[in-house]
Amino acid sequence: MTIVNEQKRHTLIWPEEGVSRVPYQVYTDPDIYKREMDNIFRGSTWNYLGLEVEIPNKGDYKTTFVGDTPVVVTRDGDGSVYAFVNRCAHRGATVCMDKCGNAKTLTCVYHAWTYDMKGNLKGVPFKNGVNGQGGMPEGFDVGKHSLKKLKVDTHLGIIFGSFDHQIEPIQDYLGEKMCSYLSRIFSRPVKILGYQRQEMKNNWKLYFENVKDSYHASLLHLFFSTFGVNRLSQQGGIDLDPTGRHHVSYTYGSLNEDTDIYKNSDLRSYSSKYQLEDPSLLVGRNEFIDGITLAIQSLFPNMVVQQIHNALAIRQLLPKGTDSCELVWTYLGFADDDEKMTKIRLKQSNLVGPAGFVSLEDGGVGELVQKGIVGEEKELSFIEMGGTGVESQSFRATESSIRGFWKNYKQFMGY
Amino acid sequence: MKELHLKELNKVIVKDEIEELIHAYVQCIDGDHLEEWPEFFTEDCFYQIISRENYEQNLPASIIYCDSKGMLKDRVTAHRQANIFEKHVYRHIVSSVRITNQEEDVYTVYTNYAVFQTRLNGYSEVYNVGKYIDTIVFENGQAKFKEKKVVYDSLVIPTLLVTPI
Repeated sequence: MTIVNEQKRHTLIWPEEGVSRVPYQVYTDPDIYKREMDNIFRGSTWNYLGLEVEIPNKGDYKTTFVGDTPVVVTRDGDGSVYAFVNRCAHRGATVCMDKCGNAKTLTCVYHAWTYDMKGNLKGVPFKNGVNGQGGMPEGFDVGKHSLKKLKVDTHLGIIFGSFDHQIEPIQDYLGEKMCSYLSRIFSRPVKILGYQRQEMKNNWKLYFENVKDSYHASLLHLFFSTFGVNRLSQQGGIDLDPTGRHHVSYTYGSLNEDTDIYKNSDLRSYSSKYQLEDPSLLVGRNEFIDGITLAIQSLFPNMVVQQIHNALAIRQLLPKGTDSCELVWTYLGFADDDEKMTKIRLKQSNLVGPAGFVSLEDGGVGELVQKGIVGEEKELSFIEMGGTGVESQSFRATESSIRGFWKNYKQFMGY
Repeated sequence: MKELHLKELNKVIVKDEIEELIHAYVQCIDGDHLEEWPEFFTEDCFYQIISRENYEQNLPASIIYCDSKGMLKDRVTAHRQANIFEKHVYRHIVSSVRITNQEEDVYTVYTNYAVFQTRLNGYSEVYNVGKYIDTIVFENGQAKFKEKKVVYDSLVIPTLLVTPI
């Protein structure tokens, strides 16, 4: 009797309401986490690996993760990008011990098994034994012991990897709409301004939901309203790809290019109790002709692209167990930015990142959920803002893109 | 002989005043007297919290970047009035200072620091460690930061950062 009850308690049956309900069990159950790593991150998904400008030269490499699997991303001597699991085919040791570098081969420190930059095994010390003794058995074939390879595809200088070698090309996976949003930023050569890293003690899905959650923005992030910073036009909405798994939340507006003009413009609301002593971090340059000043794009399962005025960044989400995840931010500018433009981006970066005026709350809010659901795994989230469907909408008081995430999650997980 | 003695004495006094500045600075933050925090800086100042990773690769992106006293004050106002976060306290532990350069009356000073954070649950944990690279000047006999670069080793920020270091 007890065994049956145990099984009943642990098996997840999705509520009949579908994507407008989420059992809290998905954020806490280690078996579900393991299946997510297999079905989603090591399944038919494209995962952000990095940017071509991070490994520009032959022999350059960097290490990162797909889900919680460590991977190496390289630019081979043939000029192409490759990616493979960072695990020696011999006894499972981490092959590449550093974050990045340049090399012709990668050698595991344990027994000096040596791989080329495509991940193929090239050298095995004492393969033929020493003085006629020992060595590998007859029939040992180095070709059968390469590092586990990922399929790699790049688009607009962004590198993606997948464990599914039959997966559709990245442009089809993203779809036309998502690709056109990406090209707003990535059709020009970019340059790296730096990295930030953040740990949140909550399940990775709580962060990804937060990015897709356009409902919370003006309610949790009070910086703009506290200081009376209003947009000329608050028009915006959310745009989903056909599958509902990717989204863009966008806002139109106008960015003032001068502090004095800003002070005299409609962008200021003098009725606010508090005013910024130095509002120069809010001025910048109108560099996007479509008039969108805020665009947050999520690409399933682990990538976010952010344009907040002139503060551009990619955020890579790394699951680290059921109740922890890391966020790696790559701050970007354009290769042809002058010094003044770089300074504008650096000052505007005060708005984003782990200490960002309008983003720091996102670090803490997932933890609030993770703490609140302890012991209540069968209880449900209620996600009906903006209805119960999954569709693009021309307003942001909606949870449609969150429902889109769960629709795809259920498909990948077989619920 | 007497002249040499005075010079050495002056060095000791300056070092002592710089130590006092740094201790007063961290105790101000730890004691939650954030409104006094901007006054440790000169009017024309620079304050930056940047990762060791970025600093050593000459990448400029910082998690806090203030190039005026006004921006420091805005950090305090946002902390008090706008931002939402779980209550926490800091405890800085700082090393003694090393004055690595002096040009006229402008001192370059290195100090190691460790910040322990205690959250609502009452556990004190290592939150952020690194070094201060300070440019210190004297205004009316009072030591002040003209520039403060907080270069942190703890690349992964636990949850968020809202209180300055």
